[in-house]
Amino acid sequence: MAALIRISNLNKSYGIFQVLHGIDLDIGEGEVVCVIGPSGSGKSTLIRCINHLESFSGEGSITVDGIAVAPGKNLAKVRAEVGMVFQSFNLFPHLTVLKNVMIAPMRVRGTSAIEAQRKAHELLARVGIAEQADKYPGKLSGGQQQRVAIARALAMEPKVLLFDEPTSSLDPEMVGEVLDVMKTLAGTGVTMVVVTHEMGFARQVADRVIFMDGGRIVEAGTPSEIFDTPQQERTRSFLRAVLNH
Amino acid sequence: MTLLNTFFNIPILVGTFPLLLSGLLVTLQIGVTSIVAGLIGGLFLALVRMYAPGLVRALAKIYIDIFRSIPLLVLLIVVYYALPFVGIRLSSFFSAVTALTLVSSAYTAEIFRAGIEAIPHGQFEASEALGFSRRHMMIDIVLPQAIKIVIPPLTNNCINVLKDTALASVVAMPDLLKQATQAQALSANPTPLIGAALIYVALLWPLVAIVARLEKRFGPERR
Repeated sequence: MAALIRISNLNKSYGIFQVLHGIDLDIGEGEVVCVIGPSGSGKSTLIRCINHLESFSGEGSITVDGIAVAPGKNLAKVRAEVGMVFQSFNLFPHLTVLKNVMIAPMRVRGTSAIEAQRKAHELLARVGIAEQADKYPGKLSGGQQQRVAIARALAMEPKVLLFDEPTSSLDPEMVGEVLDVMKTLAGTGVTMVVVTHEMGFARQVADRVIFMDGGRIVEAGTPSEIFDTPQQERTRSFLRAVLNH
Repeated sequence: MTLLNTFFNIPILVGTFPLLLSGLLVTLQIGVTSIVAGLIGGLFLALVRMYAPGLVRALAKIYIDIFRSIPLLVLLIVVYYALPFVGIRLSSFFSAVTALTLVSSAYTAEIFRAGIEAIPHGQFEASEALGFSRRHMMIDIVLPQAIKIVIPPLTNNCINVLKDTALASVVAMPDLLKQATQAQALSANPTPLIGAALIYVALLWPLVAIVARLEKRFGPERR
């Protein structure tokens, strides 16, 4: 598997507080990687570095499909190839659901309105909200909004999709509908990096699970390696805490 | 009856009404020109103040602070009476428009900045993550949302500019107030002044009422 994302020696600090300590990670094309770990372990910061929503400096580097992630002309190009789904959806409240999905291909890729609209309808059908196309995001439930956000990211036909705790701000009964869409996506071969607290999803869908703590990758492996036979005590104690309740 | 004859003398009001209307027209010309120029200048200033590189940004901030501090009447008199000494001779119309615009853009810039800063950070992040250029992020995502927030304070600013046009009478501009004071002198009766005051109120009261409604509609809790 060719590495689509290469992260090497990534360090990141907020003032004197170092959030990421020399992270090295390669993610292959078509791979589904779930990043788990306690709050404050740096897992969100890590994926936010991949599209440079968080800046990083020093000798660390990230490349996506061979292009360096760094401020400058290429950044928009990288970002166009890297879709992101946020914890708080971040849909555009002044645009209808349909326009939310249409606008990025039109503005960034120069897709025609007709083509963008056709594609948007198709994607909205795929995430199961075709009938909400003309509503504004504010009228939708959290689960529906997050599915629109997934469709919006997919509209750019990204090479990678980043999910930053996509179900953490949802009511419990809406978590399932979003995870279902993500499961279907994982089956289509798109590369996904998912920061999540949903251990069931990670176990079922991930090709690789990464456990982070204190800004370091403590352990990485297949779901069964991480969940059934974790090698590190820190991983075991974390899993005990999140699984036994 | 003397009171009515002094302040609400109908024949005098009727006689000077055309003069007052011509003054109103001048007031509106000064006001609307300054408001439009102030909006454009203010938006530009706000963007510079927020996104330009260090030094330019600092200059924008200094401009905004100075023109929010200087009394408009002082600025107007400087523009009209002092600038000619360095060879800049503006007509009284352009003096008034210049002074009003300089000050209005400073206030408008702060209004726009507050509006843009009120947009949740996630909107910027979502646009960036999708690969939007900064220009498209502002035009398609940020400004359309900020406009709703800034409409009530901008309308308030329009009211202030329209009121402040009355200062133009100081630089011999035949605006509503100037025409009223002249009519008062000609007719030896204050009725035209009362008429002018009523016209100002009639012009601005609806705007004041609109601001109240807009504030309800676009208030922060409704976005």
